Amino acid sequence: MVATTKTVEQVQELADDKYKYGFVTDIESETAPKGLNEDTVRFISAKKNEPEWLLEWRLKAFRHWLTMSEPKWSKVTFPPIDYQASYYYSAPKGTDDGPKSLDEIDPELLKTYEKLGIPLKEQEFLSGVAVDAVFDSVSVATTFKVKLEEVGVIFCPISEALEKCPDLVKKYLGTVVPYTDNKHATLNSAVFTDGSFVYIPPGVRCPMELSTYFRINAKETGQFERTLIIADKDSYVSYLEGCTAPMRDENQLHAAVVELIALDDAEIKYSTVQNWYPGDENGKGGIYNFVTKRGACRGRNSKISWTQVETGSAITWKYPSCILQGDNSVGEFYSIAITNNCQQADTGTKMIHLGRNTTSKIISKGISAGRANQTYRGLVKMSPKAEGARNFTQCDSLLIGDQCGAHTVPYIESKNKTAIVEHEATTSTISEDQLFYLRQRGIPAEAAVALVVNGFCREVLQQLPMEFAVEAQKLVGISLEGSVG
Amino acid sequence: MGNSTSNTLAFVDDFDATRPGLPGADLSWLKDIREAGIERFSDLGLPTPKLEDWKYTRLRPLEDTVYQPITEEDGMAVIDHVPSLLPDPGGRPRLVFVNGRMRPSFWIVGDLPDGVHLEYLRDVLMHTPEWAEAHIGRLHGDAEGQSLVALNTAMMDSGFVLRVDAGVKVEQPLEVVFIGGLTDHPVAYFPRNLIVLGEGAEATVVKHYVGMGVGAYFANTVTEIDIGEGARLNHYKVQAETLDATHLSTTHVHVAKDATYEYFNLSIGGRLSRNEVSVRLEGEGAHAGLNGAYLMRGSEHCDNTTMIEHLAPHTTCREIFKGVLDDQSRAVFQGRIIVRKEAQGTDGHQLCKTLLLSTGAEIDVKPELEIYADDVKCSHGATTGQIDETALFYLRSRGIPEALARNLLVQSFLGEALDEISNEEVRLAFTDKVLHWLPAACFLSEEWRDV
Repeated sequence: MVATTKTVEQVQELADDKYKYGFVTDIESETAPKGLNEDTVRFISAKKNEPEWLLEWRLKAFRHWLTMSEPKWSKVTFPPIDYQASYYYSAPKGTDDGPKSLDEIDPELLKTYEKLGIPLKEQEFLSGVAVDAVFDSVSVATTFKVKLEEVGVIFCPISEALEKCPDLVKKYLGTVVPYTDNKHATLNSAVFTDGSFVYIPPGVRCPMELSTYFRINAKETGQFERTLIIADKDSYVSYLEGCTAPMRDENQLHAAVVELIALDDAEIKYSTVQNWYPGDENGKGGIYNFVTKRGACRGRNSKISWTQVETGSAITWKYPSCILQGDNSVGEFYSIAITNNCQQADTGTKMIHLGRNTTSKIISKGISAGRANQTYRGLVKMSPKAEGARNFTQCDSLLIGDQCGAHTVPYIESKNKTAIVEHEATTSTISEDQLFYLRQRGIPAEAAVALVVNGFCREVLQQLPMEFAVEAQKLVGISLEGSVG
Repeated sequence: MGNSTSNTLAFVDDFDATRPGLPGADLSWLKDIREAGIERFSDLGLPTPKLEDWKYTRLRPLEDTVYQPITEEDGMAVIDHVPSLLPDPGGRPRLVFVNGRMRPSFWIVGDLPDGVHLEYLRDVLMHTPEWAEAHIGRLHGDAEGQSLVALNTAMMDSGFVLRVDAGVKVEQPLEVVFIGGLTDHPVAYFPRNLIVLGEGAEATVVKHYVGMGVGAYFANTVTEIDIGEGARLNHYKVQAETLDATHLSTTHVHVAKDATYEYFNLSIGGRLSRNEVSVRLEGEGAHAGLNGAYLMRGSEHCDNTTMIEHLAPHTTCREIFKGVLDDQSRAVFQGRIIVRKEAQGTDGHQLCKTLLLSTGAEIDVKPELEIYADDVKCSHGATTGQIDETALFYLRSRGIPEALARNLLVQSFLGEALDEISNEEVRLAFTDKVLHWLPAACFLSEEWRDV
């Protein structure tokens, strides 16, 4: 069929020149010696002036990491990672004292963010989003601090939180993702450099969306940020996360950990737009995005909602999960994953139902084009105590071109007769009927494909906060540019 | 090899002593593949939950019981009747195995058209060894990597062969009965079955695995099936083993152009059972229908693992599995559909639904779609839950007693799967088996049974 052939060609045309975030910022940075050993861990900890207990925790993680092997069950292939060939700490020079205000920040850096579309200065007045920007390993600026402090919200780099509220960090760090969890998470526990810390006090509805922008800039660095969000009783927060990296030939490792904790009646909404450099059209370079994200609904009636738009990275290995401990707690997972060229993605979620009347909903939309391979892998587990629990899962895959693959591997484990699990999955191509219908209404083939793909993703796009929805829609366009007009 | 597999390795250690008693001992090619099989099994060991395909099934009975290979004497156990699945076995062709040994005295040759050969494997090895050589181990492709298949290849001691020549159609179902449980010590046996249908042939085979005594036994079955162009095989199986039985079955099927393979497995008994079916749709227009029902209670464990590989354009598959779990029983369903690049125009549907009747029961489902072609329509669905309370209320409000209402709902739930059996006689026989399994069947009057 004409439209399909065209689509395939156009998708293949999609080369690295479409990755508009592939610039390098020329800033002097201070790095730890290359390689990974206990000294690296000590170096990072010393750089951050960390308390003794945290250094001990890092070292425990590091020693455990040495005994672990790479998780092999996912449907991705890559050469073994040489952990000694990376830098584990890279900080823009001159941030030792920490920026006092935006004026003190290196103008080069600010320009970088402008290119990314988050001009820090402007947004303070215009967009009303508080941003914690993580550049390589260190948080460079956090806006809107004053306004947030008024209502008691703590939103700061995790290194700062260790000084401000060490008890909170100590109480919750590693309680959702233990340092023994998996090889990537354990590595993160040993060498995490920065990340955001959020605490919403009881009864507070966070007055604005909180946001972090991650960017890997320096060469041969890995990025290991750690995010910890605690929503105390009856509070609400919406958190946005975005990521980009410059174009480089070698693969860079990004192994982040995100821990969410929702207490009684609290709600956390966590949205991600992931657009790490995906490598060129032959699969050279690109980020290995091995991320462990998990939320614990500890309290009654608590809710955690994950929304992700995954368009970047050479390899994505990511399963944002919910542990539904509290009675009546709710977990949600909305995902769009787009893979093109040689990208590989193995992503999905885990919903672990422990409490009574817990409910979860999974909506996953995968689009695979070029020579990419994509897998939805998810687990829904109903424990014997999960009386009246419910899950609904819908995963749909769309294939564009005959060189790509789309796979669906859901796991369902139910040990409670009153629990109801419903799972549906479909895989298809863009139907000729739909295209024909649109074209005979005078809509050009490309625009027709765009309409169909947009419609395919709509359920998930609708879940994104306004600020992100615009960017996400743009990204969907960039990732499939040519095929969607 | 770890201690956990030492029990069954007793076979491997005794292999040299066992071998002379196995059928076809004088055939050198058979000797070779048996030896290769035992070697591969020694290398691989028994599957453990560490393997992704065995994530939910642990072969515990093989760890805690020591099994002896079956002897001729075990095969002579006295039975007073053959539990035929189909009514009035009169002149119906039927083969019978007792404790894994053939019992020619119960063999009904029946009235078969020319070109249909239903025989014991032992006889085939004796009379037409060249045919056996050309077919044994040729149909399952790379399945030699599976340790249970390798073990069967090494130890195969019984089984049947069905050959249907091109163009020959057999209307009546052919029944093969495997009776187990009549020994006073734990035994193991290894049937190897071959079914080969020529171009345009048609046949219906009903395999009835049934436990009559209380003995513990381990049946490791391998069935190889080759369906020629435009041919059709209806392959039905009832697995009603004893509460101490371990039943592991592997079936490999090749389906040629425009041919059809219809499979239905009814699991209603066995301490541990696994039915693994792997189908290759190799020719354009080939179709597979894989269906089943599993009804478990007590602490039974059953595992249905299926794989359908679409290798040619315009191939189709349809899969419906339904299960009912009571007490502390556990069931596993793993269904994988692979669509290769060449298989444009594939249409595949899979559905797995399970009812949990008791709080202690557990279901683990893993449907899988692996798709490399773009012009496809594939879907799967899976649900688990309990009997719908509103439906129950509706029936009770119409004066139907609760126990009967529950049975009706379970029966109608399973009906969707049973309806896939195209042979009416077999469908009725299987439905009857299901009704007998249901609790408090005494509430069902004759007229309800015919519903």
